[in-house]
Amino acid sequence: MNNKLKNTRDEIVRISGVNPKKCMKCGKCTATCPAFDEMEYHPHQFVAMVENGDIQPLLESESLYRCLSCFACVDRCPRGVEPAKLVEAVRLTVIRQKGGNHLKTDDIPALLDENIPQQALVSALRKYAK
Amino acid sequence: MQRIGVFVCWCGSNIAGTVDVQAVSEALKNEPGVVFSANYQYMCSQAGQNMIIDAVKEHNLTGIVVCSCSPRMHEATFRKTAATAGLNPYMVEIANIREQCSWVHKDMLTGTEKAIILGKAAVAKVNLNTPLVAGETPVTKRALVIGGGIAGIQTALDIAEAGFPVDIVETKPTIGGKMAQLDKTFPTLDCAACILTPKMVDVAQNENIRIFSYSEVTEVKGFVGNFDVTVKKKARYVNEDICTGCGACVEKCPMKKVPNEFNLGMDNRSAIYIPFAQAVPKVATIDPNHCNMLKNGRCGVCSKVCAAGAIDYKQQDEYIQEKYGAIVVATGFNPISMDKFDEYAYNQSKDVITSLEFERLTNAAGPTAGKLLRPSDLKHPHTIVFVQCVGSRCASCAEKGKEYCSKICCMYTAKHAMLTRDKYPDTEVYVFYIDVRTPGKSFDEFYRRAVEEYGVHYIKGMVGKVFPEGDKLKVQASDLLNNKQLHIDADLVVLAAAIEPDKSARPLATMLTASMDTNDFFTEAHPKLRPVESPTAGVFLSGTCQGPKDIPETVSQASAAAAKVVSLLVKDKLKGNPCVASSDELMCNGCSSCERVCPYGAITYEDKEFRMPNRTVAIRRVAKVNPAVCQGCGCCTVVCPSGAMDLRGFANRQIIAEVDAICK
Ligand SMILES: Cc1cc2nc3c(=O)[nH]c(=O)nc-3n(C[C@H](O)[C@H](O)[C@H](O)COP(=O)(O)OP(=O)(O)OC[C@H]3O[C@@H](n4cnc5c(N)ncnc54)[C@H](O)[C@@H]3O)c2cc1C
Ligand code: SF4
Ligand code: SF4
Ligand code: SF4
Ligand code: SF4
Repeated sequence: MNNKLKNTRDEIVRISGVNPKKCMKCGKCTATCPAFDEMEYHPHQFVAMVENGDIQPLLESESLYRCLSCFACVDRCPRGVEPAKLVEAVRLTVIRQKGGNHLKTDDIPALLDENIPQQALVSALRKYAK
Repeated sequence: MQRIGVFVCWCGSNIAGTVDVQAVSEALKNEPGVVFSANYQYMCSQAGQNMIIDAVKEHNLTGIVVCSCSPRMHEATFRKTAATAGLNPYMVEIANIREQCSWVHKDMLTGTEKAIILGKAAVAKVNLNTPLVAGETPVTKRALVIGGGIAGIQTALDIAEAGFPVDIVETKPTIGGKMAQLDKTFPTLDCAACILTPKMVDVAQNENIRIFSYSEVTEVKGFVGNFDVTVKKKARYVNEDICTGCGACVEKCPMKKVPNEFNLGMDNRSAIYIPFAQAVPKVATIDPNHCNMLKNGRCGVCSKVCAAGAIDYKQQDEYIQEKYGAIVVATGFNPISMDKFDEYAYNQSKDVITSLEFERLTNAAGPTAGKLLRPSDLKHPHTIVFVQCVGSRCASCAEKGKEYCSKICCMYTAKHAMLTRDKYPDTEVYVFYIDVRTPGKSFDEFYRRAVEEYGVHYIKGMVGKVFPEGDKLKVQASDLLNNKQLHIDADLVVLAAAIEPDKSARPLATMLTASMDTNDFFTEAHPKLRPVESPTAGVFLSGTCQGPKDIPETVSQASAAAAKVVSLLVKDKLKGNPCVASSDELMCNGCSSCERVCPYGAITYEDKEFRMPNRTVAIRRVAKVNPAVCQGCGCCTVVCPSGAMDLRGFANRQIIAEVDAICK
């Protein structure tokens, strides 16, 4: 792992608050995930790839945006690993690396659709906010 | 003045690696009373002990300080050495320079400095040591076994075989425990009843064994060799001595809709019941929550049909007091509740069952007479999904699961899968596993047979959710080796639920002052070297109350516990601990402070006459310690406002001398 990737890995681990070493590779997260078919890398793979420093494919993967942020994997994981938080942290890293193209708080009300459920909004903010 | 010898141990490099042992023995040479000081590689070895014995003779030593590991480890060893050398064993003090110095400090300087200070404190104490002689107490030659599963049964049989009387206290109406509910048992697949029930009969027929079934231990007093125990025999409303177990009452009882706990609620029993045909004792019991006669006085059918006249609706709980020399805990385990596992739909569908329920469903004496039928519609299931590690190895939420591996479920799931494929080859069987853990004689071979000969589909992955749809159970799972998510339409889902100690174990441990771990398993005195003894003298451990185990392991531990009990009961007298409290009558003002704090109830008061000036006599109330009950904890010495209470071997002036030596 080169230094830059290692730093990115450490940053992802830091902002997610996830300790990938706690994962016992049971696959219950992946068994639970409703977005499995859409995702190229599945929640248990996220955990393993971050642990191994296999970050580049994750940064480039569409999977980041296919995760529904439903947190089912977080709820079911028997070891409290919280894979969705890692997915989110990788997503954040990509956004941060892109630069300041995120939404401004003041612009949000104009973009809102009244029919969007609250939960989806919160998820969207998790996904796209800085 | 004492003549003290100091012996500093290297413990190989354990101590010598971080403590300069030469410097320690040099520094202690000059302490008051020290006439000899040396260091050696392994003080506990034969050569090390001989070194002590020689030095005692050569230098006329009266006291010994060993700077070594924790006194828990080798205090007894060095006391024996002292005795061999002709010294009183209580003239030995240990300075713990391993656990408290070399193991906790990183650099030599601090480690050495602290070791010297601890050595000085020990020397200061030995200067004030006095020879102590342990008292003796007689041993009651009877054992108590709490819990009548296979563990309790085996322990009781072995103790009885050695000629000592044993009582078994069992909460349920019959002994047998979980093993009585099993169908066939891995790894040899013999039927559980065929190997268990003969043992139960042996228990019933052994004249050295008494069974208190449907009973509980409610109070334990006393100490090793002399426990005073109260057993509550719950009213079963049937006179045990005359009931013949004919079952006429069970048949005629009109209250037939009571969930049958022996079959885990999968069928019903009557209000008066005998749990199963081979129950021991084979005696009926009335369930007071469902009996009409007991609830509202209307019925009385059983009393009319009982030819023996055994029914007694007025029976009361009975309390029995008995003395025991030793107590064995064998309270066993239970599967955990599946209530918190909504993802597996256990409470939503009757066709999601636990493995213990599966045992009953395949047992010839079970609710389906041994035919594998699914509970909802009594149809034969064609696709069965087994889920391992349900609630085991679960560290995310203490309320949901257990962090430990339950140890038995990999093997019994392989058994269930294999037996299903053997009897019903038209059934597809899937087993989802995280790891397959099958260490043990003939265990891995057993599991591989399930895969290779019986064609069970073992899939590395977990089930994420189960939801009922129509008459199917939709199972969504991961297959990690193929990086797939699987969707299986199953007819039956079997959950290998984690196991936990019986809920009554914690209050029982409090009664016995026996310690437990955070999971409520009883702790052993030493995890490797004293696995069947609890740290509380006279209390022994048998079976799954100490940790998850299968039957072979349970039985080995049960026999080991029996051997320990027997080696205690053959003794006529036990040497006590001479380091007990005693009060100075002249200083005691009878305030009762000590009595209130004594955890063992060792302190009483008596009125004593004292001669006063001018030939007068005064009667004063003073504290008296029962040395057989006192455990030497020292609580009383701390609370005594007048300084009358003191602990032999740990006298106040000895402790102060140690503190002074440390602070000098
Ligand atoms: C589904 C399943 C399948 C299994 N299959 C196998 C197998 O094929 N082969 C194998 O080797 N092992 C198997 N086992 C494991 C086996 O059941 C246990 O190893 C064994 O039953 C342990 O015996 P025990 O006496 O320690 O505990 P238990 O059987 O639980 O007995 C404890 C007894 O103590 C009583 N008790 C509890 N608390 C108190 C109290 N406070 N006072 C008085 N009495 C009390 C209980 O009522 C019970 O009768 C299986 C277990 C399960 C769950
Ligand atoms: S949070 Fe994302 S990765 Fe986790 S289960 Fe939901 S969709 Fe799958
Ligand atoms: S559920 Fe948790 S422990 Fe299991 S594979 Fe996923 S992250 Fe790892
Ligand atoms: S109580 Fe009477 S009828 Fe019932 S089993 Fe006992 S002897 Fe038979
Ligand atoms: S024995 Fe097997 S199924 Fe049971 S908890 Fe351990 S690993 Fe899981």
